[in-house]
Amino acid sequence: MSPKVTVIDYGIGNLHSVQKALRHEGAEVTLSSDAAVVRSAERLLLPGVGAFGDGMRELKARGLVQPILDAVGQGTPFLGICLGMQLLLSESDEFGRHEGLGLIPGRVVLLTPEAGFKVPHIGWNRLVPPPGRDWTGSVLEGVAPGTATYFVHSYSAVPEREEHRLADVDYGGFRISAAVQKGNVSGCQFHPEKSGPVGLGILKRFLSRSR
Amino acid sequence: MSTHKPMPPRLIARLDIKAPNLVKGIHLEGLRVMGDPAEHALRYYREGADELLYVDIVASLYGRNSLTELVERTAAEIFVPLTVGGGVRTLDDFYKLLRAGADKVAINTAAVGRPELLTEAARTFGSQCVVLSVEAKRQAPGKWEAYTDNGRERTGLDAVEWIRKAVDLGAGEVLLTSVDMEGTKKGMDLELIRAVAPAVNVPVIACGGPGNVDHVAQALAAKADAVAVAALLHYKLETVGSLKAGLQARGIEVRQ
Repeated sequence: MSPKVTVIDYGIGNLHSVQKALRHEGAEVTLSSDAAVVRSAERLLLPGVGAFGDGMRELKARGLVQPILDAVGQGTPFLGICLGMQLLLSESDEFGRHEGLGLIPGRVVLLTPEAGFKVPHIGWNRLVPPPGRDWTGSVLEGVAPGTATYFVHSYSAVPEREEHRLADVDYGGFRISAAVQKGNVSGCQFHPEKSGPVGLGILKRFLSRSR
Repeated sequence: MSTHKPMPPRLIARLDIKAPNLVKGIHLEGLRVMGDPAEHALRYYREGADELLYVDIVASLYGRNSLTELVERTAAEIFVPLTVGGGVRTLDDFYKLLRAGADKVAINTAAVGRPELLTEAARTFGSQCVVLSVEAKRQAPGKWEAYTDNGRERTGLDAVEWIRKAVDLGAGEVLLTSVDMEGTKKGMDLELIRAVAPAVNVPVIACGGPGNVDHVAQALAAKADAVAVAALLHYKLETVGSLKAGLQARGIEVRQ
């Protein structure tokens, strides 16, 4: 049977490519902004490109914040991508101060690499596990350290606790949190749907998880 | 000097489209039909291209809509970023192409005519989707003029100044094509790349003229963030894999 996944549609960014990639990996994809559908989803994916404040506002406007928290509380596998990962954090500095979903303690801050490194951070960069971290059992299981994935962003999540950092990339001395995990909640700052076969593999591992 | 590793540079396969065909010319003219774009795109994706670029050279967006169909067909099978340009005039054109599966949209003529379109597109879709395409033609040493319509129409704009302004207005990336070198396989306009890449804080994709791995390496040394390759690939003089191996052998770390 095809694994089912609900992609949360909250009016932010381009949802087509992530849906196509999920379908390519055999998923049955539902696009929804309905609270009941989100609460009962087998798996939830929160995509998103754009500003943090807009993202939270749109989630709130659709009454989706509590249903997301409820689903995560029930153990629903959850993956946030790009802005969808940043929204997992407690708060952001982007264009003023905004509260996030608070599923992972920490903040989202502007990238400040050293001179010569452009912002936004656009392109392929190499994932490395934080010291002592093992990717076994995570969405990155099987990915070789040093493998590059595709990034497009100007802000970056800074988890308070080291244990929530799943992967980092170095960008001109700035330690970007490239992937996070806390229990059933995972997030990637990069775009697995645009990261070639490696990215598709990451989505496939997410689809293999269940409650 | 920074001790931090640079990102692996992007090697982009550029496909000029005259729907339904992939075409290749010299100095953006004298076109030769090369085959089905989607088939070539899939091959380049499988060979490891970091990104794909479609440029509709006859701006058929208002014709039979074959460009959006082609984008849809391509996007279903490739999972790296896809930029599409050629004939984009309005926010609705952006929307159509993004909806069809493009990740970024390149604009040239429309931005020259109405620079505010860059700002509107960046506000609506995010500046990461907005690529300014510039066809630069050398006028004097250290001086280039921006052209449109495949290097045929002058704009009167100094290319470097125009790029700076366009980035301020919202362009998130610059596709920089040297009209002089395009299709010649004689090497890239390194002076042009050196003049533009450090002048803006957004990535610059160098395009036009690479005839071998050394030419690509030179453009990267001149600080291009990415290099778009067309003729070399379409004529099967190189593959994405052989280009990447060549760059790696020259000490440039690429995505494998």
